[in-house]
Amino acid sequence: MFEILEKKSLNPTVTLMKINAPRVAAKAEPGQFIILRTDSEGERIPLTVADFDREAGTVTIIFQIVGATTEKLNHMNEGDCLSDFVGPLGRATETAGLKKVAVVGGGVGCAIAYPVAKKLHELGIEVHSIVGFRNKDLVILEDEFRAASSKFVLMSDDGSTGEKGLVTDALKKLIESGEKYDRVITIGPLIMMKFVCQLTKEYDIPTVASMNPIMIDGTGMCGGCRLTVGGQMKFACVDGPEFDGHQIDFDEAMARGAMYRPFERKAHEDTCNLFKQEVK
Amino acid sequence: MPNMSLKKNEMPVQAPDVRNKNFKEVALGYTEEQAIDEAKRCLNCKNKPCRTGCPVQIDIPAFIAKVADGDFEGAYKIITESSSLPAVCGRVCPQESQCESKCVRGIKGEPVAIGRLERFVADWHNAQPEAPVEKPAANGHKVAVIGSGPSGLACASDLAKKGYEVSVFEALHLAGGVLSYGIPEFRLPKSIVQKEIDGLKALGVKIETNTVIGKTISVDELMNEKGFESVFIGSGAGLPRFMNIPGENLSGVYSANEFLTRINLMKAYKADSSTPIYSGARAVVVGGGNVAMDAARCAKRLGADVTIVYRRTEKELPARKEEVEHAMEEGIIFKFLTNPVEIKEIETDDRTKKGWVKSIICQQMELSEPDASGRAKPVPIPDSNFEIDTDIVIMALGTSPNPLIKSTTEGLDTQKWGGIIADEDGLTSKEGVYAGGDAVTGAATVILAMGAGKKAAAAIDEYLSNK
Ligand SMILES: Cc1cc2nc3c(=O)[nH]c(=O)nc-3n(C[C@H](O)[C@H](O)[C@H](O)COP(=O)(O)OP(=O)(O)OC[C@H]3O[C@@H](n4cnc5c(N)ncnc54)[C@H](O)[C@@H]3O)c2cc1C
Ligand SMILES: Cc1cc2nc3c(=O)[nH]c(=O)nc-3n(C[C@H](O)[C@H](O)[C@H](O)COP(=O)(O)OP(=O)(O)OC[C@H]3O[C@@H](n4cnc5c(N)ncnc54)[C@H](O)[C@@H]3O)c2cc1C
Ligand code: SF4
Ligand code: SF4
Ligand code: FES
Repeated sequence: MFEILEKKSLNPTVTLMKINAPRVAAKAEPGQFIILRTDSEGERIPLTVADFDREAGTVTIIFQIVGATTEKLNHMNEGDCLSDFVGPLGRATETAGLKKVAVVGGGVGCAIAYPVAKKLHELGIEVHSIVGFRNKDLVILEDEFRAASSKFVLMSDDGSTGEKGLVTDALKKLIESGEKYDRVITIGPLIMMKFVCQLTKEYDIPTVASMNPIMIDGTGMCGGCRLTVGGQMKFACVDGPEFDGHQIDFDEAMARGAMYRPFERKAHEDTCNLFKQEVK
Repeated sequence: MPNMSLKKNEMPVQAPDVRNKNFKEVALGYTEEQAIDEAKRCLNCKNKPCRTGCPVQIDIPAFIAKVADGDFEGAYKIITESSSLPAVCGRVCPQESQCESKCVRGIKGEPVAIGRLERFVADWHNAQPEAPVEKPAANGHKVAVIGSGPSGLACASDLAKKGYEVSVFEALHLAGGVLSYGIPEFRLPKSIVQKEIDGLKALGVKIETNTVIGKTISVDELMNEKGFESVFIGSGAGLPRFMNIPGENLSGVYSANEFLTRINLMKAYKADSSTPIYSGARAVVVGGGNVAMDAARCAKRLGADVTIVYRRTEKELPARKEEVEHAMEEGIIFKFLTNPVEIKEIETDDRTKKGWVKSIICQQMELSEPDASGRAKPVPIPDSNFEIDTDIVIMALGTSPNPLIKSTTEGLDTQKWGGIIADEDGLTSKEGVYAGGDAVTGAATVILAMGAGKKAAAAIDEYLSNK
């Protein structure tokens, strides 16, 4: 069993948890993920390793409450145990030969982008972070990003914090102003990553996007996480989750990502109703 | 006096139009009277031809004679000298091409129902009060087993009985391999698999789920840092194949592994499961093996009209005969000599339907003259394309071994197609490392995987005893 050692709300829909998982902590690298189940009847859901402490044997996850399982997870507390927690899965972020990188994160994707920025920073690579949120209340990890970046740009859709506009606007401005990146790493909603990749293609900057398709086993067994990259079928759980952003078929990924939306909406409503009843 | 009836005692089953709506076991098993009556059909042949057809050479006439005498526990003892999973193999072995294919009673009439009798004996034993297990005295050696499918379970069981300290490492949250995530409840109740696993635990075997070897920990680390003197790799052949035809990544196209995992491992067929499944009103399953039959019969039970498309004819279907018969009785439509060439997408502006399957385009095939190997190849008939409208497509085209362990283990050689290279006893190219089951042979059968696990256990015992 995997005990929740710490729980912290980062914003109304995003929660951080520190989990006791020594085996995963011993091996985890930025860019990798875990799969957990809250309880013995639960769904398997993938979450990125947001941080880890090899000595303490802990792994930090940051999740957005979007559906039934993340809702259930958010109702668990310090001292509770998750029934399953497996990892680290997927490939780690490649950092070899990099000197200057722009990390572009959107929404809860910033939770995935942050450990990558931190690792790059620790390796002495110059990091420019551009992060976007819908509004001021949804901002997460701002201080952490600032500490890991030599340049930090905060964007919001409504202008309630940072600059008003999209992350692509900010990235374009930096590139046009003469910043030379050897790589852009983007993590966030598919639609955002799609446009980041379109932009960097114009400037011929190698770009890596971190993909979050629906997963079950996370070991290459089910094929549910498959994507088309450069015309070839890839399994995000073992070949990724990071891929060459200029080669990814984002439209297909968006269609597949929405496959269970109607079913999950119902499951989420059921879970919410359950919790409401418990509160009564 | 032997029972000279030409036909097997029929196995009681749930009626087709009842069972195709539930996930309870289809075949209900013999009663004691039926078992004894069937056992009396055996002629107790001196040269035991049936035995040569069984991959693990169970002493078939000997156990059947015990059944005929009503000594079911005696029969169980004989079977378990050679097999560690009789309740499973009695249910899922392709008996018609193994033991029963060699039975002399099959020359004129039907063979003795060896599989059904094996199942009966195992179920009878499992229904008796649990005899307390004696944990064997520890011999001080530690062995790691990777994968908890039939090969891993068999290997762990034999080693534990000899006093080894055995840990089984399983990537998923539940042990059992294909027996848990692949073969459906209605063919192999999960309580039977659980019973086997509980038995192992009682012998002192540690089962460590949620551990992906090659990710969480590597084979080399198990041996160099964790003190395991030998490792058995029984990681199966879990990597699904696709056809590489247009439309294969549309929403509604599943690999059989995904479809079956959602249903069996995640219990998506239960109303309260938190893992969703979509089976639509119409489903097309591509393939002709056990996996295709299982996927089709699951889709049927979830309410779909199901069509199986297979590129050869009924005669070549690789699935167990009984499963094909059951599938047909349950109302599944078979289209033979049919090969998919494209999956079409719904044309719509409705955002919730965009990217979903509309239909599958297939080609009509014919069988060529047999080639040098004697096998007739299916070849397309020109201009014969036709369309089948469907909501989902399930690809059951076979699987190959997962490259994860090979790519993270120094000095472990594999075939080009991914199978781990191992000798008769399961020894790989790496000292102390053994392998068996689907990881070595590619997708095969439960009994072969179990047999390979047993053989490797004997070889590991010899290796460590002489070390
Ligand atoms: C490799 C990987 C890493 C991830 N890392 C994080 C992370 O660090 N933090 C985080 O908050 N989320 C992360 N996700 C997404 C997270 O797995 C999903 O949000 C989660 O599975 C939703 O579960 P649920 O039961 O609460 O919601 P569901 O009821 O399953 O779904 C609710 C909504 O989310 C959509 N959805 C379902 N699964 C996914 C998915 N895998 N990706 C995107 N949308 C999905 C559904 O279509 C639906 O609209 C990651 C996903 C992957 C594949
Ligand atoms: C749907 C279906 C129906 C079938 N029907 C029949 C039938 O009727 N009759 C029959 O005889 N055969 C049948 N088979 C085939 C049979 O199930 C297999 O041949 C048999 O299970 C192989 O056993 P195994 O021990 O080699 O591997 P598996 O049963 O595949 O078990 C391997 C285990 O190893 C785990 N694993 C893999 N990689 C790792 C890793 N890196 N670290 C840790 N764990 C790992 C997997 O999660 C899995 O649990 C069927 C197969 C399927 C898929
Ligand atoms: S194990 Fe399989 S092949 Fe052997 S006797 Fe039993 S049913 Fe027949
Ligand atoms: S071949 Fe048939 S009849 Fe002869 S011993 Fe075997 S099961 Fe009995
Ligand atoms: S999650 Fe099953 S293959 Fe990737």
